Amino acid sequence: MSTMSSKQRQHLAQQGTWRRLPLIASPGLRWGLVLALAVYLVLAFASVEVNWARVAEGASRGMNFLSAFMQPDFVSRWDDILAGLLESLTMTVTSTVLGIALAVPVGLGAARNIAPLPIYVICRSIIAVSRTFQEVIIAILFVVMFGFGPFAGMITLAFATIGFMAKLLAEDIEDLDWRQVEAVRATGAGWWQTLNHAVQPQVMPRLIGLSMYRLDINFRESAVIGIVGAGGIGATLNTSISRYEYDTSAAILLMIIAIVLLSEYSSSHVRRWTQ
Amino acid sequence: MLTLSGVGKRYPTGDRALNEIEVTLPKGQVMALIGPSGAGKSTLIRCVNRLVEPTEGNIRLDDVELTSLSGHKLRQARRSMGMIFQEYALVDRLSVMENVLSGRLGYVGFWRSFLRRYPQTAVAEAFRLLERVGLAHAIDKRADALSGGQRQRVGIARALLQSPKLLLVDEPTASLDPKTSRQIMRLIRELCAERDLGAIINIHDVALAKQFADRIVGLRAGEIVFDGQPSELTADILTTIYGEEEWDTTPEPLESDEQNATRPASKRTQASNVVTHMATGGAS
Amino acid sequence: MPVSTAQHGQPQWRLRTTRAQWLQYLAWLAGVSLFLLCWKLISDNTMWVFVEDAGRQGADLISRMTPPEWSYASQLWKPMWDTLNIATLGTALGIMLAFPVAFLAARNTSPHPLVRSAALVIIVSSRSINSLIWAMLLVTILGPGVLAGIIAIALRSIGFVGKLLYEAIEEIHPTPVEAISATGASRLQVMSYGVLPQVMPAFAGISVYRWDINIRESTVLGLVGAGGIGLQLNASINTLAWDHVSVIFLMIFATVLVSEWVSAKVRHAII
Repeated sequence: MSTMSSKQRQHLAQQGTWRRLPLIASPGLRWGLVLALAVYLVLAFASVEVNWARVAEGASRGMNFLSAFMQPDFVSRWDDILAGLLESLTMTVTSTVLGIALAVPVGLGAARNIAPLPIYVICRSIIAVSRTFQEVIIAILFVVMFGFGPFAGMITLAFATIGFMAKLLAEDIEDLDWRQVEAVRATGAGWWQTLNHAVQPQVMPRLIGLSMYRLDINFRESAVIGIVGAGGIGATLNTSISRYEYDTSAAILLMIIAIVLLSEYSSSHVRRWTQ
Repeated sequence: MLTLSGVGKRYPTGDRALNEIEVTLPKGQVMALIGPSGAGKSTLIRCVNRLVEPTEGNIRLDDVELTSLSGHKLRQARRSMGMIFQEYALVDRLSVMENVLSGRLGYVGFWRSFLRRYPQTAVAEAFRLLERVGLAHAIDKRADALSGGQRQRVGIARALLQSPKLLLVDEPTASLDPKTSRQIMRLIRELCAERDLGAIINIHDVALAKQFADRIVGLRAGEIVFDGQPSELTADILTTIYGEEEWDTTPEPLESDEQNATRPASKRTQASNVVTHMATGGAS
Repeated sequence: MPVSTAQHGQPQWRLRTTRAQWLQYLAWLAGVSLFLLCWKLISDNTMWVFVEDAGRQGADLISRMTPPEWSYASQLWKPMWDTLNIATLGTALGIMLAFPVAFLAARNTSPHPLVRSAALVIIVSSRSINSLIWAMLLVTILGPGVLAGIIAIALRSIGFVGKLLYEAIEEIHPTPVEAISATGASRLQVMSYGVLPQVMPAFAGISVYRWDINIRESTVLGLVGAGGIGLQLNASINTLAWDHVSVIFLMIFATVLVSEWVSAKVRHAII
């Protein structure tokens, strides 16, 4: 029925019978995909083990948590919260600056149209490793190497920033307007001069926008790598949650949300200013 | 049939788009609305189907006062007025048939339209309209695969599927080449005659307006400055509408062009037929 | 671009005016001071002895991680399957919840400004809080297990998908929407005919993209007890079984690469 010719469909439409064309023309493939999806869902749900007794027990705790959001407690652990937030913020700033400073050369090297092949391969593998592993995993390794504290956290976030920024920068450079580059080259400019006069002006506004975005991400991530001992507000948050002090956790979460909002608001201004 | 009395539109910013518009459109009349950009032509026809809310005055379609309607009543009124747009306003990612059937949305319920289960009569009528505008072969093409003239034909079919009493046409030819423009205008004209429909057509091209309309209304800065037969539209009047310009140099349309126009159209239809067969050949 | 006349009468060109130049210097000065201040704070909280020792620790770590104990991989299939399920089911749940939120948050489809603000609050809260934090909370509420992981992923995805989708909705062409309204269609019909077809490709692309990110995120949820391969990772680290850890890392690396490839292919096919 579905693989009928367009003449047949026209004839049917003339009689007033018309059905939407299916997304996938071949009925075998279409039903095969539906079947595969159904089988997957059944298997996946079957493998989710839920301890309903435990869930029921936790329900009251869930309500506690929600009500804690209505009356967060900023006071009783204020010193811990403040120290944690300050550490998170300093980690965010230093890691973003370091990360971007390192990401620019890696990004240049990972752009196929301006970098020679060996450098391209090296830079692309740095990016792949940095992007594949979640920040927390990297933090575990760096904590083992550099010891507990914000230094390991800073290195972690800087490393993650390299992968993120370098990939996007390389993609930007790869689809920049090549005519401008040729025009600058035609004046007899060298490699560095071409970079400065043809590449930089084209990628700069987006680079600044992405840096602001990454600053935001780094702050959010700095709130979790504390869980594995890499400094920041995460450790405070972890402690408060495991002690069921939901009113303190709520206070911390609200402050994180507020800071993210603030940074998003200011970064939209910075972006408008640099356009 | 359609009566506008004292219609005005003032934007919240204080700009006056329309002022004291008085127009009556008898049944079956094709009226061209001309005037410079920003004169309020688009605003006027959007006030009629309330895509823009008029701030003053009354608009009556037959015995229905349009300005006070809301909700279900407004939707019922809207379905009796077909609208044709400048940039065709088709939904690009839907097929031609779906676009035409969307003209029936005012008549069917949500689930029916969501699942594309339209009544048999509506589908048959949609197909007949597509045949009439020469696009029966393209029912399963996506709207963005069509040429400008073809898209406008789909737009016309969509408007007519509403079984309207009136057509509101907003710059139907602004994005089309001169020949296609004439074909589209002729099609609208013929369809109005076939169904005894009234129409208000906003149009920039004065020559087209003179050739295809029964009556011309000139708008300038939100006010009507001319209302009469196409033959009464002189260079002096054009100057009042548009401002100073050497109007005599406007070329008059050629009669011979008009007679030949239908031939190439059917030729092109055949050509795109071939393309359709080639495109669907693999799947069938 | 200012051109000024110097004392000896020659016109001079400079990129910026003197005032702009000074402002720029000041901005740089402020930025550098901020960076140095932050650096100082971090440096004060750092045990530099450990940092100096990092090279040796790193070498030690690598020697413990190699050779990976390959036989351990056979115990990882079930956790990996759990990880995939957390990511996939979590993404599915997340996009189902994000879909209506995005329509309520987009300026052109939101029924009321107040509803819009509420939807934006949901999006921002969900985006600000990392899935690992959601998982920590949910583990204390629901108990450890895959379910907490799925919900954590879903809660985090609402904000991401919701934000990108509502931006896509705000960027649609308004004329088809106007045309559908002009046929006398109801509000829901305008959504399904005028808006939905226009945002569908973006929606599919965003969802697949988020699924790809979620695979990565779900590998660590086990660290706080929310199921998946992170549980094994946590256990291996706690017992200092670094040759197991390296197997897990390679496994994660391969999975993420495959999911990234799948997501790129699918997004490419949609656009």
